[in-house]
Parts: sequence; structure tokens; C-alpha cells
Amino acid sequence: MTRGRSPIAMAGLAIVAFLALVAVGAPHALPGSPTAIASAQALRAPTLGEPFGMDDLGRSVLSRVVHGYRVSLGVALAAVAMAVMVGLPLGLLAGYAEGMTDHLIMRPLDILMAFPAILLAIALTSVFGTGVVLVSLALAVVYVPIVARVVRAAVLATKAEVYVEGARAVGAAAPRLVLRHIVPNCVTPLLVQASVLMAIAILVEAALSFLGVGVRPPTPSLGLMLSDGRGFMLQAPWVVVFPGLAILAAVLGFNMLADGLRDWLDPQQGAGR
Amino acid sequence: MSSLIHVARRLALAAPLLLGMSLLVFGLMRVIPGDPAVVVLGYKATPESVRALRETFHLDEPLPRQYLRWLGGVLRGDFGIDYRQNEPIGRMILDRLPVTLELTVLAALAAALIGVPLGLLAGARRGGVADRASLALGLIGISIPDFWLGIMLILVLSLAAGLLPSSGFVAFAESPLENFQYLVLPTLTLAASRAAALGRLTRAAVLDVVHRPFVQFARAKGLGEGAILVRHVLPNAAIPIVTVIGLQVGYMLGGAIVVETIFALPGLGRMTLDAVLERNYPVVQSGLLVVGAMFMVVNLVTDLLYGVIDPRLRRR
Repeated sequence: MTRGRSPIAMAGLAIVAFLALVAVGAPHALPGSPTAIASAQALRAPTLGEPFGMDDLGRSVLSRVVHGYRVSLGVALAAVAMAVMVGLPLGLLAGYAEGMTDHLIMRPLDILMAFPAILLAIALTSVFGTGVVLVSLALAVVYVPIVARVVRAAVLATKAEVYVEGARAVGAAAPRLVLRHIVPNCVTPLLVQASVLMAIAILVEAALSFLGVGVRPPTPSLGLMLSDGRGFMLQAPWVVVFPGLAILAAVLGFNMLADGLRDWLDPQQGAGR
Repeated sequence: MSSLIHVARRLALAAPLLLGMSLLVFGLMRVIPGDPAVVVLGYKATPESVRALRETFHLDEPLPRQYLRWLGGVLRGDFGIDYRQNEPIGRMILDRLPVTLELTVLAALAAALIGVPLGLLAGARRGGVADRASLALGLIGISIPDFWLGIMLILVLSLAAGLLPSSGFVAFAESPLENFQYLVLPTLTLAASRAAALGRLTRAAVLDVVHRPFVQFARAKGLGEGAILVRHVLPNAAIPIVTVIGLQVGYMLGGAIVVETIFALPGLGRMTLDAVLERNYPVVQSGLLVVGAMFMVVNLVTDLLYGVIDPRLRRR
């Protein structure tokens, strides 16, 4: 089996890149405002000019979906980045030091992992409060233990490798050993995990906003659009169909990317081919 | 004998974890800004009523003593009183627990009955049409937002077609048929993404086993493919599959919050969420602890099942 390019990973990357472009270019790409209310246009069905239709206040669903992506991807990216910034050093330290240090770091993190992720996120937002920044923070707290565990496992596996032993034998100092020989081996599993976490973060942010404990209106959020649209979805299905498909596309992109990366990492166990 | 030690060690680890969880939920609810008594009484708060409430609920005691009082109560099954409804929280939890348990068990069964056979089929015929279809289905399945799936099912099956009720609940004891009707859509919603995850893992577990020498030997001695799958592949693939079923049940305890909210089911998840939205912190605190403890028990049981399925692990 060759380590060729995984078509799934490429497709995933293409989706993610496209959505990122949409999110970044959103304010410039579309003429319609996501918040401009036009009651005459309320619940108008999709047309060529407005392919996703209008919501109950006459706001463009397409424009709201596109702006929703900014929030969605932004929150997910911030959450994963913060989780890596805290979880990576913790995992490195726990895996490298082992023993008491390992226990002191990992046992408290075990407590965080002892709750279902979405429940912990809800509990944290009830303490932190709602809104874009605080939701990112809550998700980051949920993810720190996951990142630390992945990194710790990679460190433990790498430490046993002969070349690390060798580097130690010729007298490499601990910081050099960790940075030059151990960290590079954590990068790929961390990338796979980060991609999975991005997918879950988009789902959880949307779920939190849907439940009323996430992003606050009038910030356009895909989860909020779904809870707002429920009341009149029979007359105007487009108000719930398109935001949902939008979430699905983003999550699918990151999951495909993760699958592809995993295949590439370990062609024997891969899901593709 | 050694399996007993394994069980004992796992149980011994569970106690400090539970203690840590109780500390965390207690601590979280105490760092929320503001006086809980004022939060509970809201605009009706007068200095007298706040003082009375603080006294009734021992809010003036030092935090460690408040914690011990709460923990002591919880250990005796006394979760305290709901400030708002003046109802014992333990009673509220007991009322809602059966709904969440029924939903979770049904969804876990559905996920296993859909996911495992699909994964087996895909793994046994690697690269075939079934495999490719299940690969795509699996990816979409794990990516679909459950709350959106629930809304779509309501839109199509109950609002448009009128086949099933869109929300509400009837207890099994009252009417088994209605109970079933009310739970079909929530169960499907909760099960879909877990069935997909389970299918993906079953496939990977099967692929991990089918090329092992003992499977090739079974094939060489002329055993049929079906018999090979059931007698040799499945038992060896069972350990990761059981692990993941366990993880999925745990995940469902979280997912139940969302599903119970969409379908207006009176379960534990919705109780906790409603309490969060109303800033009813004593109920949040107890709800978090109970759901967290259930999650931990599921993980513990999964862990112990390893030993039963895989005798190799027992000897360690």
C-alpha cells in the first residue's frame, strides 16, 4: 500500500479551505446585511438573488449563514488553539516527567473528562457567561484534558524509541531532547486530534447556541438560526434547512480531513481505501 | 483471583474521582458572581427575605462546611431543597431519571443494532459497494448535528406527514404504545451519529483482525466466510466494539440534554439545562453530579467488561 495522497483528506481540505475563505471574505462578498430587517420580505421563498430565502424578519438567510460561519469557525479555532496552548505543555511535562508530576497534572484533568463534554460546556458557560469569547473559553477548558492526553501518549511512545535513548546517551539536555526529538513526533497525532476537535467544537458551539447558552443574539450564529426558525419551519423550511446543512458541511470537512490525516499517519489502519 | 483485584482497583480509583467531581461542581457553582440568595429571589429580594433564605440554606457558613453538608446529604440520598419550587431535589431527580435512562438505553440499542452489522458488512467486503456506501454514510452520520436531525425529523415525519408526535412524553406504565410513539423520534435522533461512529469502529476492528494468521488458517481449512466472521473475526473484534459502545452510551448522556430539549421530554438533561437557564444553582449542582456519576459508572462498567470479554487482560 502506498502512502499516496488520500482523496478523502484532499476533499476535506478543499471544503475547509473554501469555508474559511467564505468566513474571512464574508463582509465583502455579499451585498445583503445579516441584520438588516425588511418585514415586507419576511419568509420569502428562495429566489435566484436570495438562494437561501428570507427569515421571519426578512433577513437574508444566505447572508446570515455566511456570517454565522465567521462565528462558528472563529469560536472553534479559538477554542482549539487555546486548548493546544495549555494542553501541549501539560501533556509534554506529564509524559516526560512521569511519576508524581504526571499524577499531579493528569488526575485533575481526569475529573474534567469525567463529565460528558456538552454537559461540562453548559456548566462552564453558566459560570463564565454567554457570548462568543466566553463560549470559546468554555470549549477550550473542555478540550485541554483531551489534548494533554494525546500529547502525553505520544511522548510516552516516543521516549522508548532508540534515537531518543541515543540522544540522551550522548548527553543531550532535557529541553533539547524534548524540543528536537519528542515534540516533532507529537505533531501528527496532535493535528489529527485538532481536526477532530474543530469538528466537535463547531457542533458543540451550535448546540450551545441552539440551547440558549452559547452565542447571544443578534450575533448571527448557525445554532441560533435553528432555534429561531423552529417556530415557522413548516411554512418556511429554508430557515432551518440551510443553516443545518451549513453546519453539516463544516463538520464533515474537518472529519474528512482528520480521517485522511489518520490514514496518512497509519496506512495499515486507515479508514479509506 | 486477579480479576477480583482488577475490579477492586478500578473501584478504588472511582471513589477519589467522584470526590473530585463533587468538588468541581460545588466549586463551579460558588465562583458564579453574586449572592445565590439574591439570584434566587430575583426582583422580589428584600433584605429580610435574603437573610431568611441564607439562613435556611446555610449560605453564611464557611464554604468547606457547606460543601461537607451538601456531600453528606448527597451520600444519604438527600440533595437538598429546590429554592424555587420548595421541592426536594432528590425527588425531582428520581422523577426524571427513568425518562433519561429509557431514552439512552433505547438509543444505545438502536445504535448497536444499526452500527455493528453495517460495520461488519463493510469490513468483510473491503472496497466493495457496501463498504464505500457505509464509509460515506459513516462520515455524514458522525458530522450531522443531532439537534438539526431532530428538527428535520419533526418537520418531515410529524409536522408534514403527521405520523408521530413532535414533542411530549407518556410514561411506559401509563400506555406502552404511546410511550413508544413519543420515543421513536428522540431515539432515532440520539442514535444516528452514534450508530455511524460504531459502524466506523466496527469496520476498523474487523479490518484489524481479518488478515491475522488464524483467520487465514480458518479459510485455508475450508471454513465458510460467514462462519469465519461469526466464530473468529467477531470475538476478536469485540473488545474495541464493546469499548466504543460504552463510550457511546456515555456520549448519549450528554446528547440527551439536547434531544430532551428538542422533544420536550421531562428528563434529567432538560432539568439541568432549565436550571442553568433559570440560574437555579442548587439544582444545576446536583444535576451535574448525578449525570457525571452516571457517565463515570458507564465508563467503569465498560472497563470491567474488558476483563470478561478478553481473558488475556484478566491474567495481568
